[in-house]
Amino acid sequence: MKFLKYTALFLALFSLSATVTSCDDDDNTNPAAVNIEFENVVGSNTLELNSATPYATGAGDQITVTAFRYFISNVKLKKADGTEWAQPESYYLIDQALPASKKISLTDVPPGDYTSLTFTIGVDSARNVAGAQTGALSKGNMFWDWNTGYVFMKLEGRSPQAPGAGAVILHVGGFRKGENAVRTVTPTLNNSVIRVHEGHTPEIHVKADIQKMFVGSTPIRFSSVNNLMAAGTNAVNISKNYENGMFVVDRIQGN
Amino acid sequence: MESTSTQEVPGTKVPGNFPAPIYGAEQNPPTQAAFELGRSLFYDPRLSRTGSISCGSCHQQAVAFADAGKKLSTGVETRIGTRNTPALQNLRWKPNFLWDGGPVHIEMMPRAPISNPLEMDETLDNVLRKLNADASYQRRFKQVFGGNGPIDSYQFLRALAQFTAALTSSNSRYDRYVRQEAGGTLTASELRGLTILRQKCGTCHAGELFTDESFRNNGLDRQFPLDSGRAHITRRSTDAGRFKVPSLRNVALTGPYMHDGRFTTLEAVLDHYDHGMVVSATLDLELRRSGLEPGIALAPQERQDLLAFLHTLTDEQFLSNPQLAKH
Ligand code: HEC
Ligand code: HEC
Repeated sequence: MKFLKYTALFLALFSLSATVTSCDDDDNTNPAAVNIEFENVVGSNTLELNSATPYATGAGDQITVTAFRYFISNVKLKKADGTEWAQPESYYLIDQALPASKKISLTDVPPGDYTSLTFTIGVDSARNVAGAQTGALSKGNMFWDWNTGYVFMKLEGRSPQAPGAGAVILHVGGFRKGENAVRTVTPTLNNSVIRVHEGHTPEIHVKADIQKMFVGSTPIRFSSVNNLMAAGTNAVNISKNYENGMFVVDRIQGN
Repeated sequence: MESTSTQEVPGTKVPGNFPAPIYGAEQNPPTQAAFELGRSLFYDPRLSRTGSISCGSCHQQAVAFADAGKKLSTGVETRIGTRNTPALQNLRWKPNFLWDGGPVHIEMMPRAPISNPLEMDETLDNVLRKLNADASYQRRFKQVFGGNGPIDSYQFLRALAQFTAALTSSNSRYDRYVRQEAGGTLTASELRGLTILRQKCGTCHAGELFTDESFRNNGLDRQFPLDSGRAHITRRSTDAGRFKVPSLRNVALTGPYMHDGRFTTLEAVLDHYDHGMVVSATLDLELRRSGLEPGIALAPQERQDLLAFLHTLTDEQFLSNPQLAKH
């Protein structure tokens, strides 16, 4: 932990000098904060758990969502000159049932204008095989106990198109070669800039559209995929679907 | 409950004849307080939903932490499990756990029995709730981990690993023979048995831990409709019917044998290797014989010698070490 702190300090100092030599118009050199707020949506609707009417998946089915959680990790910000800041110990569990979990705060960010935001949906392979964890990685019943590895994205609910009692359980995960569902995305900022400097805390509003899990290169239909609790082809397919456009930067406020 | 002794936590030192461990002591430095906390957890039935089953219910010290005489495990509400309970020993050296190698980290391993509906049928969150409601646990966790927050899953799993990592069995008569220590004599028959084991069984039951930790099919079944073994994890048909090669340490006590406890005695196991094997697609190459049924030929004298040797792997110190017993 100490080590990480010093690394962060070092990075801060390093980018401080970079800032000075690049004549950035920011005269403040203290690290600052950036917030990212995740809003889970289904198409044009804000997601509600146990909604009175089911949502359309976009792939032809309907779903009532009872639980929705996912890991966001290894958040990175990049400046136009290519300087990158990677948050140390960067693991967040976004849980639709816990409003506070949907707003994450990146602190100790070196000041400057950032033109790109990158994060991973899921958990890197190293942490999947590590021992007991603290923080987000210890929460939310998101680990395959009988096997090994985190559930990266968990969506549970009911669908009239699912067989039997209509239960839908989609636990997407997998980090090993051939079944890797770890996805890293860099959603476009639409030429906006994330201005990080003391006294300003920009807030990046990210929308996560559940429909994108079901549409894409492999449409997911509940008649065949409804009880997913392991890594493998289905998990990889869903992760490839959501890699493409599920996470969209809707706006950046407080710039 | 807690001793104030200054004796060393068991399993802290690497035995002279063992390889380097995977989960070395430096990864979770043993202390007496943390070890005793882990031991309390291991023997605490509150880890199960019904408050009736502890880790120690299925893993008994007198039989090297296997389940004496039980073919398959019995969990909460006498639910019968799907596999035989293996011995818990030398876990520091294991790259993965269970008959199919699903869990890969000793600290995460307890999550499997706790959440398994046929074993403890409990959630980690509920276990933590119960522990946090107990003043004695609160005090002991604070003593080990400091801090002011509630007991969390990190602390729980680290403490439990202090105990499971301490389960080192390295003082059988065989070990003393290998390390040339006092009392380390083997009879002529036992020595012949050792040679036979190294020759005929040693590819799989290899080295000082008597397992190469690989997954193999030793010819028990033609098909694997109920339990595909390693394929359960890898989902590869080439892994169907392969199971973790178990260690043979303390094997005289850990019966019944094999992943489903099908053999009651070591004699029955030797019968299997000698003439009970069946062919299937994934049967290990080591066990195939051209022009013959698969198997490992064992003459009557060889069987006798093997059995004699296998009994030298019993580690009385491990089985009766009061530090590992319920307190
Ligand atoms: C209901 C009986 C039961 C209970 C309770 C139980 N186990 Fe087990 N244990 C088993 C069985 C059966 C296996 C093998 C299961 C498999 O391979 O799928 C096993 C396997 C293990 C292994 C793997 C050993 C190896 O060599 O791969 C470890 C470690 C372990 N248990 C530790 C624990 C701990 C710690 C607890 C308490 C949190 C516990 N067990 C509770 C029955 C039980
Ligand atoms: C090709 C590898 C291989 C060889 C060679 C081999 N074994 Fe095994 N042995 C295994 C595997 C794999 C298992 C577990 C199989 C299962 O449960 O599905 C096992 C299980 C056992 C068990 C049961 C242990 C327990 O705790 O349940 C005993 C005892 C045993 N072997 C003894 C021997 C002896 C003695 C020999 C030599 C005559 C031998 N084995 C040769 C792979 C091998």
